[in-house]
Amino acid sequence: MKKVQFNSNLSPFLFIAPQLVIILIFLYWPIIQTFTDAFTSQDPFGFSKTFVWFDNFELVITDPAYLRSFKFTLIYIFVITLVTGSLGLLLAVQANSVIHGKSAYKTLLIWPYAIAPAVVGVTANYFFSERLGLLYSFFNDLWGFNWMNSVSDAYIYVMIAGSWKQISANFIFFLAGLQNIEKSLIEASLIDCKSSFRRFWTVTFPLLMPTTFFLIIINITYAFFDTLGIIDTTTIGAPSGETKTLVYKAYIDGFRGLDLGSSGAQSIIMMIIVLVITIFQFRFIERKVHYN
Amino acid sequence: MASKYSQITAHSILLLGTLLIMVPIWIVFASSTHDSITIATKGMQFGLGDNFLNNYRNVLFERGGFSKEVTFLRLISNSLVMAFGIATLTVITSLLAAYTIVYFKIKLATTYFWLIFTTLLVPLEVRIFPSYAIVSELNLTNTYAGLILPLLASSIATFFFRQFYKTIPEELLEAAKIDGVNSWKFFIDFLMPLSKTMIIAIFIFMFVYGYNQYLWPILVTSTEDYWTVIMGMKIMFMRTSIGSFSYIILSIIPPILVVIFLQRWFVRGLLYSGK
Repeated sequence: MKKVQFNSNLSPFLFIAPQLVIILIFLYWPIIQTFTDAFTSQDPFGFSKTFVWFDNFELVITDPAYLRSFKFTLIYIFVITLVTGSLGLLLAVQANSVIHGKSAYKTLLIWPYAIAPAVVGVTANYFFSERLGLLYSFFNDLWGFNWMNSVSDAYIYVMIAGSWKQISANFIFFLAGLQNIEKSLIEASLIDCKSSFRRFWTVTFPLLMPTTFFLIIINITYAFFDTLGIIDTTTIGAPSGETKTLVYKAYIDGFRGLDLGSSGAQSIIMMIIVLVITIFQFRFIERKVHYN
Repeated sequence: MASKYSQITAHSILLLGTLLIMVPIWIVFASSTHDSITIATKGMQFGLGDNFLNNYRNVLFERGGFSKEVTFLRLISNSLVMAFGIATLTVITSLLAAYTIVYFKIKLATTYFWLIFTTLLVPLEVRIFPSYAIVSELNLTNTYAGLILPLLASSIATFFFRQFYKTIPEELLEAAKIDGVNSWKFFIDFLMPLSKTMIIAIFIFMFVYGYNQYLWPILVTSTEDYWTVIMGMKIMFMRTSIGSFSYIILSIIPPILVVIFLQRWFVRGLLYSGK
């Protein structure tokens, strides 16, 4: 908050009202509804609801299918964050160092950011189709790749599909972060340290920490939520539910299975995960403000 | 600073990266210029075919969907309305909310702050069925409002604007107050011009986000009049001669153009805040 502020009663309320009203109706109301769903059980015809305490949660966390999905989601988030983060950083460092063609590379590498996950998925579906797919036959020649039967092959499929587009976002943010580092700091380090490899890890990379941290959050939320469109257009959970992310499973259980209690409980668990990430992020941001 | 050797290495790595990004989309484009028999028998193609005009004409003008009435142009205009609506309204509501939080002395400021920011990362996917129930209770299914409003209920943009406002020197408001500028004029004449880069960055971000929505339009539209180009993809391929590759290429053009043409501001806007 600023030290100097406006004193007024009506106008600030009018300014904040549009967003506040939308958030109350379309964010808080559904969240409250999610809690109601999670703690009640509905009869098959939807006529009555009974309060069932933590029954839905118990059913969810003791379900082996849920635990499989949990495991997959963790691996998926980890791999996507690591792969796209390191490729994005590698490309950004190179793009920042070249003398010629910097903006051409930037334009060529930036645009997959704009492609919808569902479109990436539909496209990946062709590359991995048994009959026509280039990548399918490539991997199949190597080790008999078949994602419809093998869990690890299905993992490879959705990981390639999920990572491709996200390299772009990492590249953009890392490049922005690199361009934001003061030239004088880099120049000073040139005198002290001859090896450009060591210089990068001891001087440049620590200065990129805020960007790195921000990107970790971006990548986690991408792999967690945005990949729903990819899963739904590629494996749909194949071989048998092993490649369902938690978000996709909650959606399928609510939509196809019409089990709102289970879907609600799953949503609450996801909200808790997201809340932990938010707190983590806030602590980091507030600390950064102190340094400034 | 840069030796010839390291420049060559850098260019090689960048070229490999560019290939990794460009080759898949080139194959999709090349395949979009072949007739469906070639694709069905020989698979995806590296080289260009001679069916370009025919394929793209089919996508643009053939009617599809369950009713056999809906056209690609209809879908893409719905997508553009949705993307544009989400981007514009998010920018307006978030700018105003962030302005209030940073620049006003109000009793409920802290409450507002927590109301907005505890849900910073709760995406629509997590509250999708209750949101659907509410939207249908408000009779907003199969409307643009139903497509747009629930996606405005996010405070990420507010958060970015707040971070940006906090970097603006206190002296600006002091000087404005001495000149007797009121709060609305201060917002329009002082803050808006300063926020231009941030506004464009958030606009691009939200435009792409809105255009690329998949799950929400599936739930909230039951009549084909409100289908969007991304969610309607699979259904449009069924029972028509519409080639999926040419459809894919056409459907990704609008957000790509927005990102490429505005990339200068996008990256600069991120520099202010993206840390």
